[in-house]
Amino acid sequence: MSYLDNILFAIILIIAFGYFISNIKKIYRNVNLGIDVDRKDNSKLRWRNMAMIALGQSKMVKRPIAGVLHIIVYAGFVIINIELLEIIIDGLFGTHRIFAPFLGGFYDVLIASFEILALLVIVAVTVFWIRRNVIKLKRFINPDLNGFPKNDANYILYFETILMFLFLFMNASDLHLQNVSGGYSHFVKAGSFPVSQFLAPLFNGVNSDLVALFYELFWWLHIVGILIFMNYLYYSKHLHILLAFPNTYFADLKPLGKFDNLEAVTKEVKMMMDPNADPFAAPAADANEVPAKFGASDIQDLNWVQLLNAYTCTECGRCTSACPANITGKKLSPRKIMMDTRDRMEEVGKNIDANKGVFVPDNKTLLNDYITPEELWACTSCNACVEECPVSISPLSIIMDMRRYLVMEQSAAPGTLNAMMTNVENNGAPWPYNQQDRLNWKNEI
Amino acid sequence: MSENLIVPTMAEMLAQGKQPEVLFWVGCAGSFDDRAKKITKAFVRILNSANVSFAVLGTEESCTGDPAKRAGNEFLFQMQAMMNIEVLNAYEAKKIVTACPHCFNTLKNEYPELGGKYEVIHHTEFLKSLLDDGRLAIEGGQFKGKKITFHDPCYLGRANKIYEAPRDLIEKLDVALVEMKRSKANGLCCGAGGAQMFKDAEKGNKEVNVERTEDALETTPDIIATGCPFCNTMMTDGIKNKEKEGEVKVMDIAELIANAQDL
Repeated sequence: MSYLDNILFAIILIIAFGYFISNIKKIYRNVNLGIDVDRKDNSKLRWRNMAMIALGQSKMVKRPIAGVLHIIVYAGFVIINIELLEIIIDGLFGTHRIFAPFLGGFYDVLIASFEILALLVIVAVTVFWIRRNVIKLKRFINPDLNGFPKNDANYILYFETILMFLFLFMNASDLHLQNVSGGYSHFVKAGSFPVSQFLAPLFNGVNSDLVALFYELFWWLHIVGILIFMNYLYYSKHLHILLAFPNTYFADLKPLGKFDNLEAVTKEVKMMMDPNADPFAAPAADANEVPAKFGASDIQDLNWVQLLNAYTCTECGRCTSACPANITGKKLSPRKIMMDTRDRMEEVGKNIDANKGVFVPDNKTLLNDYITPEELWACTSCNACVEECPVSISPLSIIMDMRRYLVMEQSAAPGTLNAMMTNVENNGAPWPYNQQDRLNWKNEI
Repeated sequence: MSENLIVPTMAEMLAQGKQPEVLFWVGCAGSFDDRAKKITKAFVRILNSANVSFAVLGTEESCTGDPAKRAGNEFLFQMQAMMNIEVLNAYEAKKIVTACPHCFNTLKNEYPELGGKYEVIHHTEFLKSLLDDGRLAIEGGQFKGKKITFHDPCYLGRANKIYEAPRDLIEKLDVALVEMKRSKANGLCCGAGGAQMFKDAEKGNKEVNVERTEDALETTPDIIATGCPFCNTMMTDGIKNKEKEGEVKVMDIAELIANAQDL
């Protein structure tokens, strides 16, 4: 009979992790819809970047208030998860505070630190909520977030607050039962409760059996809440708590000003410039080679790191708040570029799921249906968005790939730019001056 | 009055069997834009006075392809790049200096993979090295005590992390260097990059250069210094828009140094 709880707990655990893993697989599959790009080089620097930027939060603190609050929530998340291990073992084996006897005095320190962090998390999350909903910081009320994204952000804050309160109330009811004179059931003296000791008096005068029932309720709601939250990640902007690590590892290491040179173009240009090349010769390359498409019009044309970027984006909007185009009222928002990429990737993924693993063209593309040329042409390629991103996302690389498609596949550049390019082509300068006049300045007064 | 600038070309150098210490890549703006030509000449005056052996490509120079690449035309970019690389390699160029951060970034970062491997430096870095080597002396001169703010060109700063060389040079002028609220890695673009210089802005509620000029004016400077001919144009236009031409000047670092020495 008494095993019923344990079995139920095991089943819940299996379902929660099973569903979570199936979604992680979907992320993996969708990210791999992107074209390949080699990011295996320089692993030492990559590990260092991950340690500094993801683990060490080095870019978060560029904005000190949000940075410090975020570190509290982050530390709370990481450290309180140690307690999660105990909760899972207790749940599976019907034990109570299994670590206490092994850790002795250190257990008190651990529980005390969890409690203090839990309180700090509640404070930090409250400030986050105020910044979003009362102060209404510009980047949080930007139209990019209209609809679900705005609610999503608040749901996450509510979730975290509730989980922390459940944890503290669980401890408070435990502490109350620990102090019942003569002892109560299996509630042995264990742990130190600097925060929940102030909640425990709420149970004074309440029947001990009822308090024990409350304890059970808080315990179950807390762990089930965490499992639900874990599964919510896939549907929310909150995946960054996992993906920030691979994303910072695989980020581009080149100087921000260096844009990649398209290899397919290099081949053609070399052939064009080779005086010995036979322009009518049949291509020697193998016949199965898919003709290269220049630039990107949909997510399959982007590389997998760009797609990983899209899943990692937590929609904080630092990029957009630093974007010169957005600051001056243009439609471009680097954050929206990332959100659109993810939305389209999800749409393509669902299409594949619905069609037995094959993508059936749906007459939609990332370009036009999600991201308009007007947005793309407003970019100054200044790299402010890339510099700002706390998890090394590059919206600029997606913008550039889509511009390439517009220009090289569709000849759809703005007229003024076409004029500039004609000049470069004809006289080697973006303006209509003769190349022979390039040194005239020397003799001008 | 002709200025007597000494500007040898690589072709002339080759004819004399000489290889200059450095090739000065002038760039399209530096060659053709009336405002930028003044920067080019100021830089040459410094090079001449420091007896630096340099040469230009002159009529053999062509657009690096940067604006085409940022506009998305990779074909045109690579054609320009390969033509330029052919010329540069034929002259066995080793070290290139340029006063344009866009040329600088493209030559330095995007040419190597296409066969153009050179040591590429921005003119502020080059001037700093002349200073460090004792080949150039900088004194405040006419700028002594003036308030100067430096606008970081995106392709010098964020793109290539060069923040200090221009500031070190400015500080040598005995001036008060004041920072804008957005500077260095957080600097705001002037609005010209990504081929914006050559097109109309998309619909919005403000021009980027006006926004940036406001940043600069907040520091109440006498001079807005920069290290890019395009930033120079954008900031100059911004100052005109704010009707401050009488009070605030926009100058390149090369001009500051040349003028301070009365070159």
